[in-house]
Order: sequence, then structure tokens, then C-alpha cells
Amino acid sequence: MSAQATASHIGTTAPASNLLLAMDGVTVDFDGFKALNGFSLTLDRGTLRVLIGPNGAGKSTLCDTIIGRVRATSGRVIFKDQDITHLPEHEIVRRGICRKFQTPGVLPGLSVVDNLMIAAKRDRRWWSSFRHGVAAEEKARVADILETIGLADRAAAPAGQLAHGEKQWLEIGMVVATRADLLLLDEPTAGMGPAETSQTATLIRRLVGQHTVLVIDHDMSFLEQLDARVTVMHQGQFLKEGSVAAIRADADVAAVYLGRAKENTHHV
Amino acid sequence: MDMSMRKETPLSGGLAGVTLGRPMALTLPVVVLAALAPWLVSAYELNLLARFLAMALLAMGLVLVWGQGGVLSLGQGVFFGLGGYAIAMHMKLAALADGDLPDFMVWSGLDALPWWWVPFKSPLVAILGVVLVPGALAALFSWAVFRRRVGGVYFALITQALALAFATLLISQQPSTGGFNGLTDFQTVMGLELGTPAAAHGLYWLTLALVVGVFVALRALMASRYGLLLRAIRDGENRIRFLGYDPTPFKVVAFTIGAVLAGLAGALFTLHAGVVSPALVGVVPSIEMVIWVAVGGRNSLAGAIAGTLAVNLAKDGVSSAFPDLWLYALGLVFVLVVTLLPGGLAGLVADAGATGWGKRLKTLIIGEAK
Repeated sequence: MSAQATASHIGTTAPASNLLLAMDGVTVDFDGFKALNGFSLTLDRGTLRVLIGPNGAGKSTLCDTIIGRVRATSGRVIFKDQDITHLPEHEIVRRGICRKFQTPGVLPGLSVVDNLMIAAKRDRRWWSSFRHGVAAEEKARVADILETIGLADRAAAPAGQLAHGEKQWLEIGMVVATRADLLLLDEPTAGMGPAETSQTATLIRRLVGQHTVLVIDHDMSFLEQLDARVTVMHQGQFLKEGSVAAIRADADVAAVYLGRAKENTHHV
Repeated sequence: MDMSMRKETPLSGGLAGVTLGRPMALTLPVVVLAALAPWLVSAYELNLLARFLAMALLAMGLVLVWGQGGVLSLGQGVFFGLGGYAIAMHMKLAALADGDLPDFMVWSGLDALPWWWVPFKSPLVAILGVVLVPGALAALFSWAVFRRRVGGVYFALITQALALAFATLLISQQPSTGGFNGLTDFQTVMGLELGTPAAAHGLYWLTLALVVGVFVALRALMASRYGLLLRAIRDGENRIRFLGYDPTPFKVVAFTIGAVLAGLAGALFTLHAGVVSPALVGVVPSIEMVIWVAVGGRNSLAGAIAGTLAVNLAKDGVSSAFPDLWLYALGLVFVLVVTLLPGGLAGLVADAGATGWGKRLKTLIIGEAK
């Protein structure tokens, strides 16, 4: 049980059984540029966490590292007490982590319902794709998600024809449909207006509990609506963690944002 | 090509119903007409038709590989050739008494049959070899390449190199392959006297039956969840990977099916043409195969058959009248199709179906068929 030992070694305050994800001193080195620099993070089951930081802080690289798109130069990613640092991407997803990409990653040529059906399929091994029929449970889940993301009347439309915000929701729906324990949502409100952003916040809050959710976003009003614990990253390292209000009032955080780029001032 | 949409709106897809939605109205008369061809056309024309239908098997495979899977292969000639040589080797050996060597080996000074020729004496090995040799090679090759996430134009170039290497190997190993001239001068196959009308008709019907069978089977495969995932991988391989699927085996299966069909096509073509040679399997023929499918429509099985027939009929006409012009004409057709008709003939038919005239034409055709 070395994985258990690792969990306690990281020193989380929660009991080990409640711990879902632990990043242990992860460094990602792109030819000398450290996108992540000894970064550690733990997420408990059923919680919501927001990750912010100036451009280039390493937020997307963090998601990429968890999901296996980018490999850690050193350090480990522990998920459900197992080391997933070097697993193939699809194997990591099958363990229960799914990611929404920054630019919507829906399949434009497929209908909305087919996008969700592919995501909802439990048995994702290639030979099972020759079997006929769809499990009633998968169908029900897809119908349920279509309602939740408000696309029930667009089910037959090609995903490529959806508006930008609808594509974002569809991809969130796909990520949820996989039944992943951990959802990584990279800028889920990019390109959305205030009304859509608010709906997205409601949607995400409903997911928490059944899923653990890690959200990356910049939009301060969105963060306030999510009302979750916030982790601030800076130059690939941990900077601060706290409530939205505490982070907003924090002098170090303000310095990082103001010092980095003036155009970010309206965000935080 | 979204087929679930087609099913829900069968009337709005125009003549696309011919290719995917409701095939019986037009397909049945066409198949019946094709089955009657031995009494409708001359022996020479029947032989041409038989060759082209054999090639259509390969073309339908390319619909799966290229159209649905997005994997452009410029090396289908290799698999076509493997199928063709497998059956040709058997026919050379079947015509010999025990211990004798094929004529070209004697002329090249060989005194024993090369070891890899020996099993093809058996008709069963030859028939299995037609599908298993191309299939196994394709599965191993594509697995090795797709696993390394090599795709797109790099994959196309690798397959083209494969075609070049294969043709060069055949030519350079003249004593055991027949070299530039290939293998020809066959007498019998499975007890059938080649060159007789009975053999010609039988082989034609066999080819037609395989075309129909493969058409039906591939249509079902494309409509299955496997087909859906193959198209999904074509459109967003990373998204599919990050939904927990491994794209590699899906693409390997498509490429292998394409190669098996190419091998089958090569064997049947060899039976109809009475020859297999490096000139039929190299870089230029492999590109021509892609052009048949581009012209017909790379997402349409019926389009692939039509494109194969159309391009090869044109080739027969142009190259007998102006032998030097064919490659220029083919290149021109390819450029025109790619720039003006990305959906090929099938796309043209589907577009026409969307206009008023096309709808009237469709009612007319389907009404008559009923």
C-alpha cells in the first residue's frame, strides 16, 4: 500500500479515503521553461475547486498533466490511490477523469446526441463497438444530460451548427456523460455572455457532490457565483488558496495580476 | 456524412437515398441489369466490366479507409498486388506437373522452386493468401504506424514509399517474381478452363456477387457504432482519445479491411485480365485508385463503384485513342474534382436532389422503379 503512504506523505488534512486526486511535486519542463515547478495539489471527493492565475501561470498545463497530454518531468499524479503519471491518455480517462478543452472539442460532423452517446458509452474497447444496440441506461443518461444542458430540441442537429455557448455546454455534457469522478473544465465560460455564464455556474454547482470539479477561469463574477475554494497559481507554482473573498482581498494575488499585465486588471 | 440524420429525414437528402438511405428502389434494377450483362454486352465489354467491378471492391475499401476514417492511403496497389500475385502463383503452379518449374524461372536459370512459392500449390492456401497476406501486412504495418500517432500526409507518404518499394522489389527479383513482365499465361483456375465463355460468365458473376455482398456489409459497418466512432476519430482524434477511447485499433481495423478488399480485387482482376505485373501495383496505379474514389465521392459506396467504372471506362476510351494523353486527362479530372466537387459524383447527385429539378427527377425514377 505505498499509494496510501504517499497520500499521507503529502499531508492532506482530509482522511485518505476522501482524497481523490493528489499532485505531488509535479514539474513539467519544456526545454528549460518550467510550465509547472514542483506543484502540489489535492482534491477531495465531491468538491469544487477553482484555479486561477495570470496567463502563462501553468493552469492549462496542469490539466494537460493530469490527463496525460503532457508528461511530468518529475513528481507524481495519484488518482484514487493509484499512480497515473505514466498511463496512456485513454487509460487515465477510463479510471475516471475527463477534461473539457479550452476551445470547444465537440465533434462537428456528428449530431448532438451522437456526441453524447459516444461519451456515455461504458465499454470503450474497440471490439465492443461492433455490438448492436445501446444500453437503456446509457440512453436514459443521454436524455437526462440533453435536458440538463438545454439542448434537447437540438439533439439531431450537427454539433458544428451550434452557437459557441451551446458547444461549450455540449462539451460539458459530454464530460459529464463519461461518469468521470473528476471533471476538469478549462475556461467553460469563454465566449459567453452574462446570462449564459450565470447558467453555466448553476450547471456546474449541480454537478458538485456527484463529481469532483476543477474549474479554470478568469471571470470574477463567474467565480463569485461558483463560490468555491480558489487556488492561485503563478509561474508554475502554488501562490495562494482561500475563499473568493479572501483571494480577492489578497495583496500578493493582486500584485501578481497587476504586475504581470495591465489588461488583466478587470478580471481579479 | 451524418447517417443518423439521413435516417430521420429520408426525403430531404435527395438522391443520397441511393447511397445510404433507401437503396432498394434503384439498386435492385441496377443489380439485375448487371447480372444480365453476359447476354447484353460483347465478350470484350463483359471482360472490361468484370475488371472494373473487381477494382470497385478496392474502391469501396477506400471509402471506409479514406472517406470514413480520414486515412489517405497511396499504397493500395501493394495489397491489390499481393492478392493478384497470390492467385497468379497458384495458377502457374497448378498448370505444372510435379517437379516442374514455371517457364520464366527456367529461363532465369532457377533449378528449384523458391520456398515461399511452395504453399501456393494448394488452392486453399492461395485463396486464404489472397485475403490473409494483405490483411496481415496491413494490420501489422498500420498498427506500428498509427500507434506512433503518425497520420495525415506523413502516413500517405509512407504508403506511397511502400508502393514504390513493392514494385521495385517485384522487378528486381525477376527469377522468382517474373520481374517487369509479371505473371501471365494462365490456363485453369480451380478446375475452370480460363478463356471459355462459361469461365468468363462464372467469374463475372462471382465478382458481381462479391461487389453486392461487400456493399451491403460495408453499409452496415458504416451505420454501426464502429462506423460512428471511425468518423468521430477522423473529425477529432484527440477528443475521442480524451473520452477514453484508444483510436489506434479503430483505424487499424479500417485499414485492414481496406487491404483485404484490395487483395480480393487484385485476385479477381488477375483472373479477368489474365496477368498481374508491377505496372499494376506501383505508385501511379495506387494514386489512380484514390482518384476513382475522389471522382465517385469518398463517403459513398455507390459513388465509389460509379467513380471506378467511370474513370476506367474513360481510361479505356482515351488511352486507346490517345495513349499519351491519359495521365494528363486523369490529372485534370482529379484537380477539377478536388476544387469543384469535393463530394464527387455522389455529392453532385445529392446536391441535384436538393433542387426542384432533382426532386422531380427522383420522383420520376423511384416512381418508375415501383
